[in-house]
Amino acid sequence: MRKFLAIYSRELRYYFRSITAYAVISIFLVLSGYFFFSIFRFYNVLSLQAIKNNDFSGNLNLVDGVMRPVMGNISVILLILLPLLTMRLIAEEKKQGTFELLLTLPVSDPAVVAGKYLSALTVYAVMLAATLLYPVLLMVFADPEIPPVLSGYLGLFLMGASFIAIGTFFSSLTSNQLIAGVSTFGVSLLFLIIGWAAPLAGPVMSAVLSELSFLVHFESFSKGVIDTKDITYYLFLTGFFIFLTLRSLESARWRS
Amino acid sequence: MIQVEDLSKFYGSVQAVSGLSFEVKKGEVLGFLGPNGAGKTTTMKMLTCYLPPSSGRATIFGFDIMKDSMEVRKRTGYLPEKSPLYTDMRVGEYLAFVARLRGVPGDRISSSVEMSVEACGLGSVFVKSIGHLSKGFQQRVGIAQAIIHDPELLILDEPTIGLDPKQIIDIRRLITNLGKDRTVILSSHILPEVNQVCGRVIILDKGRLVAVDTPDNLREKLRKFRVTFVTAASSGGNVGTQDILGGIGGVTGVRETAREKDASTFRIESAPDRDLRNEIAVRLVSAGVPLFELRSEEMSLEDIFIQLVTEEKN
Ligand SMILES: Nc1ncnc2c1ncn2[C@@H]1O[C@H](COP(=O)(O)OP(=O)(O)O)[C@@H](O)[C@H]1O
Ligand SMILES: [Mg+2]
Repeated sequence: MRKFLAIYSRELRYYFRSITAYAVISIFLVLSGYFFFSIFRFYNVLSLQAIKNNDFSGNLNLVDGVMRPVMGNISVILLILLPLLTMRLIAEEKKQGTFELLLTLPVSDPAVVAGKYLSALTVYAVMLAATLLYPVLLMVFADPEIPPVLSGYLGLFLMGASFIAIGTFFSSLTSNQLIAGVSTFGVSLLFLIIGWAAPLAGPVMSAVLSELSFLVHFESFSKGVIDTKDITYYLFLTGFFIFLTLRSLESARWRS
Repeated sequence: MIQVEDLSKFYGSVQAVSGLSFEVKKGEVLGFLGPNGAGKTTTMKMLTCYLPPSSGRATIFGFDIMKDSMEVRKRTGYLPEKSPLYTDMRVGEYLAFVARLRGVPGDRISSSVEMSVEACGLGSVFVKSIGHLSKGFQQRVGIAQAIIHDPELLILDEPTIGLDPKQIIDIRRLITNLGKDRTVILSSHILPEVNQVCGRVIILDKGRLVAVDTPDNLREKLRKFRVTFVTAASSGGNVGTQDILGGIGGVTGVRETAREKDASTFRIESAPDRDLRNEIAVRLVSAGVPLFELRSEEMSLEDIFIQLVTEEKN
């Protein structure tokens, strides 16, 4: 546990000492802020029209009209930004030669992986928490339902946790950060859009594909529904890639 | 303390180490000597539990490197060939980090950092960022990291590579000091280094053990012929000096290696069991050739090394 903490705090210090964390967090805030306010404005226009015409106002609410589209967009931003956080985790150590030291110290592989994974997850939690500003602003000016916002955030957190696990795994495969980052992006994108193929596939395949999709499982979170099935999906995916990372560290010893 | 039996390592189809067996006793300073690609680094990576052997076994302090790798790792300090430094960290911070991972108890971390900073002369750069240090200081930080938990065994892979001559002398002195109260294995492809620092040498070539002994014994054992240098007038009367020397019983070869205005230096090879200096002097003087210098040459480890390695090829 002490060893895990030593690695975890070193990694966190690295993120906040280099510009990585600040760069990623501020880009994230700017982009999500942009989406938030443009969608909010679009929603305003829609609701003004609705008031004028006095018709489809029944369908219009802040959660469906603002928070859900914003969260959908945030998931795409995460797809691009999280690999930037995770690509260095193990690849950089391999490049620098510190990996060999790490693996010859009396530290277990799970402590190494947990320290690294959780440090990236912490940075992500910080950056996600910073965007809570937007729903708070929304509360000042309007009266959104709180639960869907909270469940949406839970969904985003779990989705990011899976992206980070995928990123940790690819970072353990190579000493080239760029390759690690691009593979993470590719595989995460696949998980995000795999549901699109569902309507084209046969009945069984279609069910499998949508079960695998990030977006399908995110859907209920953004509606304010917390389903254990969806939570299990993200936790399983995260655990699976962490497991693969551990295997990859082990086989790094066997192969190289 | 270390027992290595028939250790081999393949990288795919490339055999980097083949059938290596040797022992290391407590308190010894052992050198791995060999040209690049001899398998020194690979052997060290196996001993430090970074790479598993393809076959064979090794025990350190009685612990198997595969089965009890944690126990081995706890008691060993290791400086990999590629320096294992987090360049974004400060020296003190890095050493404390490694100490923590080494399992040094919380209340002893600052004292062990102090100890290794002291031993490696890092006081002046304690708060500097490792990335900003010179190569020599970085290498010292690497060594400081390896001794932070006061290990019984220290494994150093080419500790002086890439350093300037003054830094090399410093590091060798440091290793000599460290070797006084612990077991050290170091690798090098530089002979004088091993000669100076190590009590025993293992010569490796192409993954095989070619020889193992003290530097002195190696020199003795491997002496194929004795070399004597003579500086004398180029000729005495009408007989060339070279011919006189060649005519002495037991001499197997004479070669002129330098010529000055009225004197030449000859390199004489003869059987290893007889010292010919006396006879050479008598012959030259009786032939009326002025003799300026006569000395017997020890075979350098360099010669031994080249000899061993080429012999292995034939
Ligand atoms: N990771 C690796 N993959 C494939 N071959 C390797 C690897 N590391 C070393 N080798 C090969 O193994 C042999 C021994 O290398 P090494 O142990 O580094 O020798 P040394 O340290 O004595 O220079 C060399 O032929 C080298 O090319
Ligand atoms: Mg080497």
